[in-house]
Amino acid sequence: MTRFLPAPALALLAALPLWLSDYGLGLMIGMVTYVTLASAWALFSGHTRYVSLATVAFYGTGAYTVAVLNEALPYPLVLLCAGGIGAAMALVVGLSTLRLAGVYFVIFTFGLAELVRQLITWYEVNVTGTLGRYIFLDVTAKGIYWQMLGLGALTIGLTAWIHRHRLGLALRVIGDDEVVAAHSGINLARTKLIAFTLSATIITLAGAIASPRWVYVEPSIVFNPTVSFLTVIMALLGGANRLWGPLLGAVPLFLLFEWLSVDFPDTYPIFLGLLFIGVVFAFPNGVLAGVESLRHRLKERRA
Amino acid sequence: MLLTTLILGLVLGGTYALLALGLTIQYGIARIMNLAYGELTLLAGFALVALFKGLGLPPLAALLLIAPAGYALGWVLYAVMMRPLVARSGGTGRLEVDSILATFGLLFLLQGIMLVLFGANFTSISYLDRGVDILGVSVALNRLIAFGICVVVGGALTLALTRSRWGLVMRAVALTPGSAPLVGIDVNRIARQGFALGTALAATGGASIAMYQTFSATDGVVFTMRALIIVIMGGVGNVTGALIAGFALGLVETFVATAIDPGLTLAATFAIFLAVLLWRPQGLFGRA
Repeated sequence: MTRFLPAPALALLAALPLWLSDYGLGLMIGMVTYVTLASAWALFSGHTRYVSLATVAFYGTGAYTVAVLNEALPYPLVLLCAGGIGAAMALVVGLSTLRLAGVYFVIFTFGLAELVRQLITWYEVNVTGTLGRYIFLDVTAKGIYWQMLGLGALTIGLTAWIHRHRLGLALRVIGDDEVVAAHSGINLARTKLIAFTLSATIITLAGAIASPRWVYVEPSIVFNPTVSFLTVIMALLGGANRLWGPLLGAVPLFLLFEWLSVDFPDTYPIFLGLLFIGVVFAFPNGVLAGVESLRHRLKERRA
Repeated sequence: MLLTTLILGLVLGGTYALLALGLTIQYGIARIMNLAYGELTLLAGFALVALFKGLGLPPLAALLLIAPAGYALGWVLYAVMMRPLVARSGGTGRLEVDSILATFGLLFLLQGIMLVLFGANFTSISYLDRGVDILGVSVALNRLIAFGICVVVGGALTLALTRSRWGLVMRAVALTPGSAPLVGIDVNRIARQGFALGTALAATGGASIAMYQTFSATDGVVFTMRALIIVIMGGVGNVTGALIAGFALGLVETFVATAIDPGLTLAATFAIFLAVLLWRPQGLFGRA
């Protein structure tokens, strides 16, 4: 029964813009974007427990690619380029760090967004001489919403498929014990690299699709570290190793952050930090796992 | 020109070495990968500026307040925030992921607090900003003082770690936390001391940076990144390695900033990081 639920839900979501106001549609775009980001993040980091802090490095790269190429190439080709650049970046990061212990990967991704931001700023100031670009694309808000919805559905579908596939099994073993994984014949580096590249490509595409909303793009705008931060906390809250966990975390947190950033613009990062620490302490495996273990305990008490 | 780069690079490298020393102690002894390290550094920098501008306290005297305050803050942070995570992990690899996530949250918390208290603007003080002639190179006196602090603190710490009984206990916990209790070492206490000491070093480094550099509340990530890369270059937990790698990074950054472009210093740092990862991931000088 629940297996067939996603299709009508997706159709309903796709029809939503017919009734929504502009504000509502903007809110939905943001929400679907974060669901996509959190799900894509969990695709790699959920099972392997390799914490990637570079979400915005890829997201911003996607947006910036559109800003650079939007007048030179037709839109589908621009998206293709963005995806390609994201995948290439992920391969470079992955090839240099994923063969090593997890902490090297974390450190590399931690500084990656800042590095890309500084490099682009340097390039724009010194070589092209213009910092900041405009995106003039013939894409409506509805168009962005539908594209993002499609990407989100694709991400969750891909995750579901990977969960049942050899790749998902391999990722789970790696997350549990790398030594065991290596001994059972799993190619550690290749498995991690495939999953990380998939995840990073989706994130880059999300940035590319969302970029026309900005109109004006500058490195300091698109490489906002809060995006990385929100993505991680959303996936963690729902449960990063569950199919629907990231979605479950992203929806309430997105609404909460929208409200906080409007009503408390100055103290907003403090709330974020506290909430993040709270999630790490209270729901180490996510809400879904927490609910499950609670149900389990109740059942045991009854028996 | 070359001599200028060399001397300025060494002076800058001294501060970096001190920062990395604190991080390598936190990671090596307390096993906490602290991503909020740069924010703790900045907090000390802001404290120095506030004490100097608000109370007229000379920076060197302020440092005597800031370093113990850093120790206390680290002690509390470990006891309240890190200890439950250590207990929960029960000595498994879980701690690494949990500490990374928890300190990532702490990073935003501290950054938010600093943004509210001190604003998003660049801050600096003018303190002893006159040139001193060294081998024909003019170096600002405030930089020299900062360098002196780093040499004294770093040297004293290295001596204490390698020569004293306290240092022996610290190194024992760093090497095999599982066996340390067998010889009567309270690992929890030592880990807390290590974390607090690391925070005190972060505070000292931050205060000495504030003496000569402009900084803003959002610079923390870059400081953490530098310290992390130095730690990896020097070998995790390797104090001497961290000192040497710190000076090396200071030299490279100064060289890139003067000879190529100041906007590319972080890129240079990352290039070194990448080279180390590909060539010697265990660090140039190995693990301690």
